[in-house]
Amino acid sequence: MVLPTEQTALPSPVPTTSPGGGRGTSALPVRLDGVARAFPAGRGSTPRTVLAGVDLEVAPGEIVAVLGPSGCGKSTLLRQVSGLDAPTAGRVTVDGTPVAGADPRTAVAFQEPRLLPWRTLTQNVALGLPAGTPRPAGRERVARLLDLVGLSGAAELRPRQVSGGMAQRASLARALARDPGVLLLDEPFGALDALTRLRMQDLLLDVHAAQPATVLLVTHDVEEALYLADRVVLLRTLGQGAAPAGSVARVVEVPGARPRDRAARDLAELRAELLDGLGVPTHHDR
Amino acid sequence: MSDRAAVTAPSGPAGPATAAGRARLGRAGRVALGLLVPVALLGAWWGTTAAGLVPPYQLPGPVAVWDAAVDLVERGQLWHHVAISTQRVLVGFAVGAAAGLAVGALVGLSRLGDLLLAPTLGAIRAVPSLAWVPLLILWLKIGEESKITLIAIGAFFPVYTTVAAALRHVDPHLVEAGRAFGLRGLRLLSVVQLPAVLPSLVAGLRLALAQAWLFLVAAELIASSMGLGFLLTDSQQNGRVDRILLAIVLLALLGKVTDALIGLAERRLLRRWA
Repeated sequence: MVLPTEQTALPSPVPTTSPGGGRGTSALPVRLDGVARAFPAGRGSTPRTVLAGVDLEVAPGEIVAVLGPSGCGKSTLLRQVSGLDAPTAGRVTVDGTPVAGADPRTAVAFQEPRLLPWRTLTQNVALGLPAGTPRPAGRERVARLLDLVGLSGAAELRPRQVSGGMAQRASLARALARDPGVLLLDEPFGALDALTRLRMQDLLLDVHAAQPATVLLVTHDVEEALYLADRVVLLRTLGQGAAPAGSVARVVEVPGARPRDRAARDLAELRAELLDGLGVPTHHDR
Repeated sequence: MSDRAAVTAPSGPAGPATAAGRARLGRAGRVALGLLVPVALLGAWWGTTAAGLVPPYQLPGPVAVWDAAVDLVERGQLWHHVAISTQRVLVGFAVGAAAGLAVGALVGLSRLGDLLLAPTLGAIRAVPSLAWVPLLILWLKIGEESKITLIAIGAFFPVYTTVAAALRHVDPHLVEAGRAFGLRGLRLLSVVQLPAVLPSLVAGLRLALAQAWLFLVAAELIASSMGLGFLLTDSQQNGRVDRILLAIVLLALLGKVTDALIGLAERRLLRRWA
């Protein structure tokens, strides 16, 4: 937290209570056992195995970054946990019970904001409220979440009237409105400019402190993974046909408590290691 | 912060240029330009008939048509014809558009619905409006039902076609986002899919309304005792060319006015959607 952009980046102070005043759902554990996903042969294409043999246990409240080259199945992995897709083998459980269909215990923020263009930001965030939320309580919760992500002033604007960073914050607020035990983020900051991305990362840490949830964060950004995550899962791209090994190349513990120094020296080695794993040699040791 | 700057510039990239162009002309200017050709036509009509270039039994002048209108109003018939025709169009349009929306949703969203229904509907659509008249009279008699059914058939197809096509192309990302937040079935349709195709739907409704007026005349030409279509055939048999022209002018005006009303709604909608 040494960036000069910090002050302007976070319009609201970190609330000490759960920002949404929701059910107070606590973070839930996630477990993947031998999860695989293969896509059947389509017209003119051979069957593809995108994920294989993924075993992963995520503790409640933990932030796990899923890192890997494009096409390695990062997003597919996230979709298995969200219930938007189902694995061809293995099983995914949240809090001990299997995920089937869009699970109310999880919430997704996609790489693109995916807001409904005809709705105001307020109405878009309200879409995330759990079914059966009473109207006044829902309205209050949406207002508080918009405040949390610094969008109170833009609440009545439509997605096309705001910047990409603001739309992405609204998308995050929509996911939080669900009061999820597991928050799934699919490269949520990938399309943002560098500065906005750094602000969003700090915002995510504040949100995580305010509304504890288990976070699975898909990213291709090593810095982002090291700044945010407790652990980093490095995925590898599976070759043609059946791969001998599973999708998980390695799992790395990130040392140090958050908030971390973005320029921390002790992370440099880990950074080089992860970049190496992504196939980008850093030449640091020469 | 740069994030906030976007708030102050709400209009899109195409916004300022076209808006300026419209503002320069002004609302009155646009209306005046649109009236130019009708007024010129009216003048030419008046000129040719007053100069005796065309015999009155072929083309009576505007004054004669106006007199015919006044005459029909005094007899208490004109509003009756207009009212019954408008009622038929509105009821038939409502029924046809609602059915078109429902079937369009079925065909646009369900692959099975598409495979089952689309070929048959395409064939039915190819049947000319007048071809239905004998059957409808046989089945539904010469009452209101047969006319409203024919108009409903006319209004059905534009709505069905546009809605089915638009629903097939709703951004899959938005639909997936809806599913991710627990929307399914009718809720997904009403919250994500229908709003996404609303601009297409309104365009379809506009076409459907125009088509409803076309089918109205087909229905009234053949079997009716009231309405503008009846006024046309009745006047043809009595040799009242002035009334024929009156009916045509009224059909044009009514069609234009109802279309303008939907157009107004469309513009308000598009401002919000686009």
